[in-house]
Amino acid sequence: MSATAAETWRRRAAEQNWLVRLFDNKAFLIVMCLLPAVGLLTVFLTYPLGLGVWLAFTDTTIGQRGVFVGLENFEFLFSDPIFWNAVFFSVFYTGVATIGKFALGLWLALLLNNHLPFKSFLRAIILLPWIVPTVLSAIAFWWIYDPQFSIISWVLIELGLRETNVDFINTAWPARWSLIWANIWRGIPFVAISLLAGLQTISPSLYEAAMLDGATAWQRFRYVTFPMLLPILAIVMTFSIIFTFTDFQLVYAITRGGPVNSTHLLATLAFQRGIPGGQLGEGAAIAVSMVPFLVFATLFSYFALARRKWQQGETND
Amino acid sequence: MATVDIRDVRKAFGSTKVLHGVSVSIEDGQFVVLVGPSGCGKSTLLRMLAGLENITGGEIAIGGRVVNNVPPKDRDIAMVFQNYALYPHMTVFQNMAFSMKLAGAPREVMEREVQKAAKILGLEQLLHRFPRQLSGGQRQRVAMGRAIVRNPQVFLFDEPLSNLDAKLRVQMRSEIKELHQRLKVTTVYVTHDQIEAMTMADLIVVMNHGRIEQSGAPLELYDRPANTFVAGFIGSPAMNMLEGHIADGAFHGPGGVRWPLPPGAPASGEVIYGIRPEHLRLDPEGIAATIQVVEPTGSETQVLLRIGETSVLGAFRERIAEGPGAALPVSPDISLVHLFDKKTGQRI
Repeated sequence: MSATAAETWRRRAAEQNWLVRLFDNKAFLIVMCLLPAVGLLTVFLTYPLGLGVWLAFTDTTIGQRGVFVGLENFEFLFSDPIFWNAVFFSVFYTGVATIGKFALGLWLALLLNNHLPFKSFLRAIILLPWIVPTVLSAIAFWWIYDPQFSIISWVLIELGLRETNVDFINTAWPARWSLIWANIWRGIPFVAISLLAGLQTISPSLYEAAMLDGATAWQRFRYVTFPMLLPILAIVMTFSIIFTFTDFQLVYAITRGGPVNSTHLLATLAFQRGIPGGQLGEGAAIAVSMVPFLVFATLFSYFALARRKWQQGETND
Repeated sequence: MATVDIRDVRKAFGSTKVLHGVSVSIEDGQFVVLVGPSGCGKSTLLRMLAGLENITGGEIAIGGRVVNNVPPKDRDIAMVFQNYALYPHMTVFQNMAFSMKLAGAPREVMEREVQKAAKILGLEQLLHRFPRQLSGGQRQRVAMGRAIVRNPQVFLFDEPLSNLDAKLRVQMRSEIKELHQRLKVTTVYVTHDQIEAMTMADLIVVMNHGRIEQSGAPLELYDRPANTFVAGFIGSPAMNMLEGHIADGAFHGPGGVRWPLPPGAPASGEVIYGIRPEHLRLDPEGIAATIQVVEPTGSETQVLLRIGETSVLGAFRERIAEGPGAALPVSPDISLVHLFDKKTGQRI
């Protein structure tokens, strides 16, 4: 009896109700899977971006729905010295801070790539500036740069190197350099860790081969490390430039754009004009005016640095 | 070109001893193969020759000059790495010319030397390609070209063929040998493949656990292995080794096996009886054996035989028609039997 039952047994066809069939439908499944991401992006990214671009072409102020004014906001900005000052400082800030971050970050990455005692501990320490929330480190710098209570001034005076407190943020140029230094300090870990990851993908046998070929330490860096690091350098630099150019927190927390608007970045100026100043249209126009700079910076580092024929592996003859 | 003398060289990584006093004397123009299982220290020895590892004890001399404290670039050696270590961002030409570029050679010299090496290796058409655009065999050739251009006193090869497929490996093997015959540069070659060692070497150094088991000409190692390790390592398929004792003028193995002894064998004692598969022959009068598995390779037939309680591999020129379970009497070629001391593993 059981033997015949076993012989005649067939796997029962699974009974499919409408829900199962629906979830087997490929088109439905694609829509279902995309929906959360598309929804979030639309609500929190596309809509604000679109609204910001729209506002830039209106004369909206807080509490008053504006009307379309065409390029009027931009025309006004073009004749506004404070705007041009912010453009200058944004470019200067990004340029100098990027150079500083990459010089120091690369140096640190090269050091960490050697065999050091407590290597993983050191690597963890390097990341600290980056994992501290920006506002917290900004406040710390605010204290470090404080005209009265600055620890740097205190140390210098105690050591007898200075008579008076250092002026960090109360005149234009010292304030600019102080902000740049704070940004460099904060940006180094990102650069160092990313470049360290890049360094570790370079096969040690290449260095051994170069050593046998007679390369000195500098030549090994110049002819092996640097060219092989370029693709990663380009990507990290692109990100770094974007983050630095759009920086807001450090400047806003330390100087709020002062003294006398001399340290406004485009982002802080946009906020200043738009929210406390109430000129939403003008603020949006300043924010929109960052787009060409960002597109240019991205394209530059992408095309100038990232495309390397040796990586692509296609024949070139 | 130069001689290489390795004198009682030792290496330790921290407390882990890797080489326990290795001595090899290499004549000018010789092709020496260091062979052994992985972890035997052969690559470490090569890297010490290159100057990529420092020497814990002993001395290495190249061309009579002790190089223990000479940096790699001043040792006048060139090395071909297992993964080729080609600079991926340089063309074939730039890869090969790199050492000259660092030395400040003028453009014409670089062109001339690279062209010369490229011609030897058949790379003329590929000079403007990047390593990525080359096949494994071509990359291998570029790595050799980079070494040739240096015009070194000694070539070092670190398992250069292990990343290639079987067919290419055979082809590159003869190319390397031909290259050596043409350039006559002293060469030290590391491999774990005993066939590479046998086919290429003037001198084979068999290493195991950081010691040299035996060194000598390939056929010398094949004909007179000094111990069971060399006997088992050199030759393919590997030698059959039966543990047993000698009594009444015959070898008594496990399960009542009785094998004839070679002339000059001791009258008694515990021994290991070694006979290579290819030295067994079909003999109707021979020892009773049962076929377990038949593996025809075309040129010969390998048969796994059951004799008493032991499995023995035989390799015969004849084609075997019988299948598993059939009887196949065989007898060893008595003059080619190797006897080893059971305790020490040394040849008797």
